[in-house]
Amino acid sequence: MEKKEHIISILVHNKPDVLARIAGTLGGKGYNIESLCVNTTTQYEISKIVMTTAGSQETVTRIENQLQRLVDVISVDDLTNVESIHREMILVRLNLTSDKKEQIKKAVDTNKWKVIVSADAYMILEITGDRSQIDFALARLAPLGIADITRTGIVALNLEN
Amino acid sequence: MKLKGTQILLAALEEEKVDIIFGYPGGAVLDIYDQLYKSTMKHILVRHEQGAVHAADGYARATGKVGVCLVTSGPGATNTVTGIATANMDSIPLVVFTGQVPTGLIGNDAFQECDITGITRPCTKHNFLVRNIDDLASTIKEAFHIARSGRPGPVLVDLPKNVMAAQTDYDPANIKIRNYDVAYKPAPKKMANVFEMLNTAKRPLIMVGGGVILGKATEQLTELARKYSIPVTGTLMGLGSFPGTDPLWLGMLGMHGTYYANMAISHCDLLLAVGVRFDDRVTGTIETFAANAKIVQIDIDPSSINKNVVVDLPIIGDTKATLTDMIKFLAEHNYAQTPAERQEWLGQIAEWKEKVPLTYCQNGKDIKPQHVIETLHKLTEGNAIITTEVGQNQMWTAQFFHFDHPNTFISSGGLGTMGFGLPAAIGVKCAFPDKQVVDIAGDGSIQMNIQELATAAQYNINVKIVLLNNGYLGMVRQWQELFYEKRYSHTDMTYAPDFVKLAEAYGVVGLRATKPEEVESTLKQGLSLDRPVLMDFRVSREECVYPMVHPGDSISNMSLGSREMIN
Repeated sequence: MEKKEHIISILVHNKPDVLARIAGTLGGKGYNIESLCVNTTTQYEISKIVMTTAGSQETVTRIENQLQRLVDVISVDDLTNVESIHREMILVRLNLTSDKKEQIKKAVDTNKWKVIVSADAYMILEITGDRSQIDFALARLAPLGIADITRTGIVALNLEN
Repeated sequence: MKLKGTQILLAALEEEKVDIIFGYPGGAVLDIYDQLYKSTMKHILVRHEQGAVHAADGYARATGKVGVCLVTSGPGATNTVTGIATANMDSIPLVVFTGQVPTGLIGNDAFQECDITGITRPCTKHNFLVRNIDDLASTIKEAFHIARSGRPGPVLVDLPKNVMAAQTDYDPANIKIRNYDVAYKPAPKKMANVFEMLNTAKRPLIMVGGGVILGKATEQLTELARKYSIPVTGTLMGLGSFPGTDPLWLGMLGMHGTYYANMAISHCDLLLAVGVRFDDRVTGTIETFAANAKIVQIDIDPSSINKNVVVDLPIIGDTKATLTDMIKFLAEHNYAQTPAERQEWLGQIAEWKEKVPLTYCQNGKDIKPQHVIETLHKLTEGNAIITTEVGQNQMWTAQFFHFDHPNTFISSGGLGTMGFGLPAAIGVKCAFPDKQVVDIAGDGSIQMNIQELATAAQYNINVKIVLLNNGYLGMVRQWQELFYEKRYSHTDMTYAPDFVKLAEAYGVVGLRATKPEEVESTLKQGLSLDRPVLMDFRVSREECVYPMVHPGDSISNMSLGSREMIN
């Protein structure tokens, strides 16, 4: 069975423990969550969870069924098989040491990276894009010396209902 | 009207028509127990919280209603976990109320604090921690609704002490809860598909599971099978959903299933699986399970479908609604299979039944456990509610007590919880005081919740315990005999109490039989007494349960035991 990454979008009631229930259901059944993004929707009492997991279609169907059983889960959608857009974001802190300073400034200009904090000793970049764009950015940034980084899980939205 | 949390709890239980609570008091629930003292609610004081949950579970399995428990925080709550997991595996509706330390102390490692909602998250259908008095009434209502709707299951409600002491308005007529969408009605087009599959099938077979009993669909199932002469086999949890004395009944399938049930599974060309989840004890190797058959699976829970066995036609729906639709559709479309056309298939099954009947060998010297169960069946004329412990006692009961009615075989199927039978029997007897309620036990299992003899004695809950005492953890010993060259590692339980004296010490009648000719008289005496009775049958020590499918083998490949058994 072909294993591939699936992006699953889950609407849930924003109740205490709801994330623990979802993580526990998957962990307890032996499935792995590879990335995760959670926040409320336009309604505070409803949250959306976007997670990615790897598995065959059969496995992912099983995961969806297990999630549907949870009382706080409203809906579960696999965005992998429909047209959808995907984005991740990274925040990167680069130390502006004297030997790399010019190189870094040049790379920021060339790649049109967004600088959100610029100080004498460091700068912080905010980069969004799909996974390949983020991976590309990270490859460019690596030789410049990344001091620290935070990468979000994937957020995704289907194009049509 | 303003009420205290403890008053709201009891009022809400009355709203839910709860007539009995199984429980055990403690520090965090002192206020609730004080309220209970002032109320008319019936409460059975068990001797261990695990016993409370099994008793509520037995009550729920026998009545189809929600079983209710009340225990204290910390160890009181953790002691319920095995009982909750037992109910969860078998989809039994329970609401378990646990005390909790005051909300201000939660997370501080207070005395008798534990995160019971965290602990039980994977083994409940859902759970709640009530943090605010204003949420109490709706949470209780929601808990009962969740426990009994769709695929039922246990729900735990954690009640902090300060919340129960607080006051708020209580108006039962105006409690709003969320609704849960559950597919009760099957998709209509599926009926045409089933019709087509049945029309071309030559060797159809119905396999029933706990979902038929939980869905109260036994009448429809029986009508379908009898009307079209379709033979029926069942899982352990399905026993009683089709009359066990009907000629179409093939007995249980699976690891200790009958020869003919397992052969029928392996040779059928259409398997109609109703309310089952294809447990590994039922299927043997998945690849060879019903390998010649198209499989139709009816279940209310989509997660049960294609989980273990990939099926040809899944139907998501309530078993009763689906079977009702199916019967109607088949009749309207003149499903033409007459009993005559079924003769060849039924003839083949009859041949298997004759070749290897379900039997055992009497030697006239030892009491055979199967003989005890057969005699019990004869003396009660099958009109008893039977609970079991887990192991050989459970399998022999499944094989030799022919259950004609649903909700009369009460056993821990999925989790396989030793110590279940006695407290479950107490719960059943509380629901049906006029029925004969018998726990068929083993000497290993009974010792896991033996303290509940005190509960039976205190309230004179007239349960009978048929103890099949072989001085071993019999099923584990059987595996050691067959697969570990008789290395009986830690399964000899000869060092045990004198069960007759133990019963007497608890205020329960103790009887003993050591010879085959004493079996009937002992049972007669025990069953006739108006008191709880423990009957200690000293049975043949190394009797094995046969047939047996070796673990990891195909279910058509069975060990049948000694030659004289086969005849």
